[in-house]
Amino acid sequence: MPQSNEPTPEQIRDQKLYSSMGVSDEEFQLIEALLGRLPNYTEVGLFSVMWSEHCSYKNSKPVLRRFPSHGHQVIQGPGEGAGVVDIGDGQAVVFKMESHNHPSAIEPYQGAATGVGGILRDVFSMGARPIALLNSLRFGPLDTPRVKYLFEEVVAGIAGYGNCVGVPTVGGDVYFDPCYTGNPLVNAMCVGLIDQKDVKKGLAAGVGNSVIYVGASTGRDGIHGATFASEELSDASEEKRPAVQVGDPFMEKLLLEACLELIHCPGLLGIQDMGAAGLVSSSSEMASKAGTGIAMDLDKVPQRETGMTPYEMMLSESQERMLLVVEKGQEDEILTVCRQYGLSGAVIGEVIAEKRLRLTHRGQVAADVPVDALAEEAPVYQRPAQRPAYLDAPSPSWDPAAEEPEQALNDLLALPTIASKEWVYRQYDHMVRTNTVVAPGSDAAVLRIRGTGKAVAVSSDCNSRYVYLDPRAGGAAAVAEAARNVVCSGAKPLAVTDCLNYGRPENPEVFWQLQQSAEGIRQACLALDTPVVSGNVSLYNEREGTAIYPTPVIGLVGLVDDLDWITTQTLKKAGSSLLLLGETRNEMGGSQLQYLRTGANFGPAPQIDLEREKALQALTLSLIHAGVVSAAHDTSEGGLAVAAAEMCFSSGLGAVLSLDSGLAAPIELFSESQSRILLEVDEESQSFVQQQAQAAGVPCQGIGRVIADERFSVSLNGETVIACAMDELEKLWEGAISCAVTH
Amino acid sequence: MKLAVVVFPGSNCDVDMYHAAADGIGADTSYVSHHCTDLSQYDGILLPGGFSYGDYLRCGAIARFSPVMDAVGEAIERGALVLGVCNGFQILLEAGLLPGAVYCNNSLKFHCSPVRLQVVNADTAFSSQYSEEESIVVPVAHGEGQYFCDADILDDLKKNNQIVFRYQDNPNGSLDNIAGIINRRGNVLGMMPHPERAVEGILGSTDGLPLFQSMLQDWRGSRHAAVE
Repeated sequence: MPQSNEPTPEQIRDQKLYSSMGVSDEEFQLIEALLGRLPNYTEVGLFSVMWSEHCSYKNSKPVLRRFPSHGHQVIQGPGEGAGVVDIGDGQAVVFKMESHNHPSAIEPYQGAATGVGGILRDVFSMGARPIALLNSLRFGPLDTPRVKYLFEEVVAGIAGYGNCVGVPTVGGDVYFDPCYTGNPLVNAMCVGLIDQKDVKKGLAAGVGNSVIYVGASTGRDGIHGATFASEELSDASEEKRPAVQVGDPFMEKLLLEACLELIHCPGLLGIQDMGAAGLVSSSSEMASKAGTGIAMDLDKVPQRETGMTPYEMMLSESQERMLLVVEKGQEDEILTVCRQYGLSGAVIGEVIAEKRLRLTHRGQVAADVPVDALAEEAPVYQRPAQRPAYLDAPSPSWDPAAEEPEQALNDLLALPTIASKEWVYRQYDHMVRTNTVVAPGSDAAVLRIRGTGKAVAVSSDCNSRYVYLDPRAGGAAAVAEAARNVVCSGAKPLAVTDCLNYGRPENPEVFWQLQQSAEGIRQACLALDTPVVSGNVSLYNEREGTAIYPTPVIGLVGLVDDLDWITTQTLKKAGSSLLLLGETRNEMGGSQLQYLRTGANFGPAPQIDLEREKALQALTLSLIHAGVVSAAHDTSEGGLAVAAAEMCFSSGLGAVLSLDSGLAAPIELFSESQSRILLEVDEESQSFVQQQAQAAGVPCQGIGRVIADERFSVSLNGETVIACAMDELEKLWEGAISCAVTH
Repeated sequence: MKLAVVVFPGSNCDVDMYHAAADGIGADTSYVSHHCTDLSQYDGILLPGGFSYGDYLRCGAIARFSPVMDAVGEAIERGALVLGVCNGFQILLEAGLLPGAVYCNNSLKFHCSPVRLQVVNADTAFSSQYSEEESIVVPVAHGEGQYFCDADILDDLKKNNQIVFRYQDNPNGSLDNIAGIINRRGNVLGMMPHPERAVEGILGSTDGLPLFQSMLQDWRGSRHAAVE
């Protein structure tokens, strides 16, 4: 049974060869018990990838189970390629976010490119036409050649793949913090559109039906990618470069168009992407979900290289491949469609009644294992959790009230985390398919749905400094901010996908971060009625023993029912009033200004009251629907002054703010209190808005007006604290990233 | 007016081109496969943007050998209008149907943003609905759009008024700010910017629409002449 050059089952056991595949002693014993014999080399490989955190969620399952995943709007929750959410008129959006952190850390171009490819396939394997891509990126500060290289290549990789496939990359978020220097984060999100009747699932139904392989041939790239993604990074990780896949976006485009035609073939019963853990995960998961088994003849798998072993074929993560289950007798129809798109397809196996994955190679059985053992029976670990010691460490002393406001504003606008991301999104084709009606750079991207009067708004968010300081509040804030962004664009938040990026879960402090932030997300999703419909967990984001800040990125999709409601953050008209909804408190912990001035992140993170958040969002939406809001902008990183300046940028207008507050000017202007939205409204609508706010119990304050002069000035309690020329502020904000990259 | 949008493997602006033609000017528009060898029923041929054959080897270098390209050549011979945008322009250049070549952008990066163009020649079948020297906003989205040709060709292009659009703020380093050129006969236009992305107010600009309206106008004129 074993290949001649592979170790024997006894050698694997005695020399503990399984441990190099990431299988623990206990897990090996469990595999032996499940099989009733020692596994061979191929079988250990199958278990090692299927039981990796990336595929099995063995460490995170107890946490994920607590997320709300049902709701009137949810058609398909977690468990399929992507979540499916009702948008009315028989249509639905299909979306998911996924990490490609580890590959991107060592091979940034291909790591990021194949991250995009994988998330696209998750969506179009459901039968949906991908309509938008987003990327949530985290890097170290742009002051070392290595980080600049990672940043430039990740952006180029996303562009290279998405632009070629022809799906617009419309948004995302980018943060820079030293915690990501050795372990950048690359999370890709895709949103698709589908007629509800066309939704396909990954099911291997009906004994005797055929298993068809479509797309690129299988090579030796990406073997053990899922295992690699479930370990910490180290300098030795460079040697795992072969575990990074290479993308072919042209093949993806052909596969995409072919799949969207195939879903209309009645013979197609099930379809699943061969993503992480390739052929083994797609086949065992499809069978396990359908309560069947699959037998495959590996000699029939299209191969890119000669002499590939069953181990290599099953664990390869070669890109742009799909596994189909097709009704017996309908194979030719399916294969003909594939050929029309220039794709090769092959019948490689059949559905069997026994719930086993049975692989033959050159006439011999190469592996024979229960599918449920692979797909469902990975051990689940209840990791111990412990409140981190850093939370009680003494804080550096810093007096924010002593900051000079004008200098602070200038410095904040030039911070890469706050500065314009145009350098990034200019490299992405964000317009292809001509549905992007709000391009990157506003609170959320908005895509109209052609042929209807509707649009969807999408945003991704997570401020990990808040999560680090207060995982529960920070997790809730990530959901709230994503929802606020979507609301500011005129959309009602519908549902959430998440990508949970953390360090090593065996570290009780890391697990506590995961647990607490997930609880925050749960509470916010319940309060805002945005169930979690899909997601991904990426653990072991550590380099040389140092974990990243806990970073649960939230991707949120909302629905705009009337195109007239679409709102952007850019000011529209001189003479209109600026109103602040929500309340500014002294909340400088975790703020951009704090880090900028002290080089440290400390103190209590901004707190969030979800009932107030809900009222704020409902009020904002109702005001947008009433047609009185000409611009809306969430105040986030950098606080009120930064948000107001951002509303002025590229409007050709300026603003005069006059504030009354008991807070010191730098705190009033740069505190990052949550649940605040800035509105531009016509002067004559101001009293209407204030009445509505009062009725909704939302604090509302007139804070200034829009002027034709390109000036930006702020006074507090009658004293001028900022007086700048708009073009100078804009130059700082616009140029910061390209300047940092090229110098 | 009957228009064909040619779909090569890897074309991805085909849908946008279709809507600009079908919805923008109400043309009777069809998608046509790269396998098609007969385009005689169409009044105009639209070669859309995208990454034909993944742009592997060189942009447009493989697509120019598609079966449909002979039919495109025949259509040009009989005087049909042919518009190539972005990758479509690159294919026309590779096929030798327009003079010159494109390089990588001088930034070496893909560039997607609205750009300002000047209409240099408003007396063509593709630009009659603009006014001379009119400034328009149309998006670009390409990694390899730096137009280049030798001095003789450039002299010819200028002498014969073949430069139809110039960049006012050159995004890619194109020679002489060239954004779009036409053939001597005046029935083949190639341009890197995407007029089909600027045909609806909701998309941010309608400045691409007069290009399609010009084609329609030209077709009406020529049909009228034929009837007479």
